[in-house]
Amino acid sequence: MGLDFSGLEPPTIRASSSFPNLQPNILSSPSFELPSVKDLDGFEKAAVEMVKPVHGTTTLAFLFKHGVIVAADSRASMGQYISSQSVKKVLEINRYLLGTMAGGAADCQFWQRNLGTRCRLHELANKRRISVAGASKLLANTLYSYRGMGLSMGTMIAGWDETGPGLFYVDSEGGRIKGRLFSVGSGSTYAYGILDSGYHFHMSVDEAVDLGRHAIYHATFRDGASGGVASVYYVGPEGWKKIAGDDVSELHYKYYPVSQPVVEQEMVEILGYPPTGNLGDCSSIPIYRNVASS
Amino acid sequence: MSIFTYNGSALVAMVGKECFAIASDRRLGVQFQTIATDFQRIFKVHDKLYIGLSGLASDVQTLQQRLQFRHKLYQLREERDMRPETFAHLVSAMLYEKRFGPYFCQPVIGGLDRDDKPFICTMDSIGAIEHSKDFVVSGTASESLYGACESMFKPEMDPEELFETISQALLASVDRDCLSGWGGIVYVVTPDQVITRTLKGRMD
Repeated sequence: MGLDFSGLEPPTIRASSSFPNLQPNILSSPSFELPSVKDLDGFEKAAVEMVKPVHGTTTLAFLFKHGVIVAADSRASMGQYISSQSVKKVLEINRYLLGTMAGGAADCQFWQRNLGTRCRLHELANKRRISVAGASKLLANTLYSYRGMGLSMGTMIAGWDETGPGLFYVDSEGGRIKGRLFSVGSGSTYAYGILDSGYHFHMSVDEAVDLGRHAIYHATFRDGASGGVASVYYVGPEGWKKIAGDDVSELHYKYYPVSQPVVEQEMVEILGYPPTGNLGDCSSIPIYRNVASS
Repeated sequence: MSIFTYNGSALVAMVGKECFAIASDRRLGVQFQTIATDFQRIFKVHDKLYIGLSGLASDVQTLQQRLQFRHKLYQLREERDMRPETFAHLVSAMLYEKRFGPYFCQPVIGGLDRDDKPFICTMDSIGAIEHSKDFVVSGTASESLYGACESMFKPEMDPEELFETISQALLASVDRDCLSGWGGIVYVVTPDQVITRTLKGRMD
């Protein structure tokens, strides 16, 4: 009697033998028709530039004592034109897994939805949830198989599995990096500035949410291609939860309330003499005085 | 990338009843990076004449200094302020001087003429004047400004209504442009006063 290695095979192959009635095209990895051009790589590189609405973005995610924080802005821009201020850039793969969106919107949405399907199939086949490492590797392997064909994605897969919180960075070049703190997109450098200076592993959930929100706000302020709403998600043992969705413009005036400028010199009307106040009161002596002007 | 969009800007002027308004955003950026949010691109020439310069910030400041110098010389020689029409031709001539290496600016001029008749115009970077009797726009948000002004403008507005209209048009337009915004500033010029107000805008 030989060993049963069928568990090592991908679910697509097993499914066809165990469930012969199930349509095989549902479970197989999607395949796409390729354009018949000589220079496929060059063609796809040029094509991707035309279908990339979520160009400027700020997304971030970090691990800490109590779980993972995932946050993002909500602006979609085409060149310098703002095409939307209400894009959902944190993608909910399932109750325990989140993905972020930077690069091509369609690429991110399609492949993370596809990842959700395959994670569910893993659950059904193995009677346990997929690990964050496993899920991110499924995505990374898919993206690697399309490498050089013009996919554009910079995504973070965050979640909670049997080993606790997990965070991976996966991109369309095929890279997959495990880490504790990532930020992706045109505003990422600004977000890193806030994250690196405010990050401690032993922070509370509230502190971590504030840090994530502040980093996104700061990136939207400095980066012209980021803006809209700062969404913050927390992933804990019970799965993810959306904590906040704040308009960054309101955050700005909360962080920096508008005060009356005190700069201009203004003439004060002379009200007759002797002054109305006490004799020692200089304020009523007719002089030029600094007055806050509107 | 065009050098005109290097710093980002939004500039608009509108005509009202015996008054005009000129407004701009306050951002100074380097491409998508925001450097400052208190940049001045509208300048007073005299009490009833203002010029706004959109485009490259360094050329905005250089051109403003040269124009101020030329206007002061004019005041000393003529012992009066320049008429808006005359000033527009001065700007145009100075821009055309640099026909083959232009200032990367698109000016907007607003003024009150001798009988307090409002005058607004704009020109391209080499000095082709374009008159208008309702509104003029320029800068990186000019397309959305055209749309906003086209739908919001009414003829013969009083100063307060004009302020409201130009402010709404400006704020609505810069919210569709990555390179401009971060607050605004509005000047409403009437025969006997100038109303200056800074606008709170979206800071993203």
